[in-house]
Amino acid sequence: MNKIIKYVIADLLRSRTILVYTAVLLVLSFSVFSMEDNADKGVVSLLNIVLFVVPLVSIIFSTVYLYNSAEFMELLVSQPLRRNVIWMSIFIGLAGAVSLAFAVGVGIPVIFYAATASGLILVLCGCALSLIFVSVALWAAVRIRDKAKGIGLAILLWLYFALLFDALVLFLLFQFSDYPIENGMVALSLLNPIDISRILILLQIDISALMGYTGAIFRSFFGTGGGVALTIAVLILWSAVPLWFSLRFFKRKDL
Amino acid sequence: MITIQQLSKRFGKLQVLNEVSLALEGGQCVALIGPNGSGKTTLIKAILGMVIPQSGNIRFKGKDIVGEWEYRNEIGYMPQIGQYPENMTIGQVLDMMKDIRRVPESTLDYDLFNAFGLGGMLDKRMRTLSGGTRQKVSACLAFMFNPEVLILDEPTAGLDPISTELLKDKIIGERQKNKLILITSHVLSELDDLVSEVIYMQEGKPLFHKTLQSLKAETGTNRLSSAVARVIAIHEFVD
Repeated sequence: MNKIIKYVIADLLRSRTILVYTAVLLVLSFSVFSMEDNADKGVVSLLNIVLFVVPLVSIIFSTVYLYNSAEFMELLVSQPLRRNVIWMSIFIGLAGAVSLAFAVGVGIPVIFYAATASGLILVLCGCALSLIFVSVALWAAVRIRDKAKGIGLAILLWLYFALLFDALVLFLLFQFSDYPIENGMVALSLLNPIDISRILILLQIDISALMGYTGAIFRSFFGTGGGVALTIAVLILWSAVPLWFSLRFFKRKDL
Repeated sequence: MITIQQLSKRFGKLQVLNEVSLALEGGQCVALIGPNGSGKTTLIKAILGMVIPQSGNIRFKGKDIVGEWEYRNEIGYMPQIGQYPENMTIGQVLDMMKDIRRVPESTLDYDLFNAFGLGGMLDKRMRTLSGGTRQKVSACLAFMFNPEVLILDEPTAGLDPISTELLKDKIIGERQKNKLILITSHVLSELDDLVSEVIYMQEGKPLFHKTLQSLKAETGTNRLSSAVARVIAIHEFVD
């Protein structure tokens, strides 16, 4: 298994996209932190960029890579290798490369300027989001044979998680504003890994007080040990479930 | 060595393989011919486990290949269009394959590698290679690990005449080592001095599976291309 991971990572790190992604994150983070004098404010500014850019790059880059390496996978499948091993190696390679790029691009500036709990959580959430969206990309790419349709689906999925889901939540919020739905909001937010990350990071910073009663509910849930454990479990599920479905499909796929 | 029983494969509504049954033995060089879309490549991919059939089974040395992967250690496969990771160099691709197969260096077969002069191009990236050079890399990889079965899908497409001759010589050499060689090709004249058996596929079914000698004797011709044309003509007449 290590053999293939090694080659996938070597191949990915040679491609310019990953290097450009790392450089852009580095420049962005350094400039955000040098503009803000307060570390927490820097983290919040960076948070909004990270939650937008990381899922987008992870899902699109992975989908494009998977379609471009279709022939490479064909070559591997014709060799004496298990299909599980091939697919897991590709996942580990992609997830490793994307989260490494993020860890370098955002992690280094965070160490310099904001070595706090919120900074740490920002880096961890970014890595988790990278894993999750690579896993979603794997599922999208294995199900759809056509490259254009597959990339289209990847963009749609990103739009859904980054924008549409929040619009939906807002819509529900206004429709049911007369009812006590705060606990429901917590459950609803677990359905979107981007929202989970946002809440986790905002709770580390004291601006959660600005979110009113819902903020207090969030704090009482996500602030406790049980809440944190549940969130981590949900994030793991978010990366494992699409991966598992894609693996199941890949094992029976005609190449 | 390879037995195929009632193998069927459908892509959507298209029946690509229709109850194919074949027995392939070592020491033979089998030509798999037929019109475009007759299921040749799908049959090869099914043997390699790249395409999962709906029904029927394939046995490699008596063992069903479903869910198996070790048997592919004994197969060298040269695809129709060899595609490799674009950023890797030829040397890295060769190293990767050696790494996957884990065969001791002393047993590796460098004949084609030397004949094609790939040694001087080890640092070239795959994306810069011409189609013919890619074919050379594919051929070299298929033969390198001394497999018992060689599956060559359109091996000479895109190769220059000199390389084609080198490859043909290599195939003849390997046939004498009691290996099973399966070749698909559209250039029948090329197969004349290579093959010992002929399988003609049509609409997902083998129309006939005969030795080259009996085929030539039956049709009273001396060349594979005219013999095949004769058989097809008779078949259509009967239909």
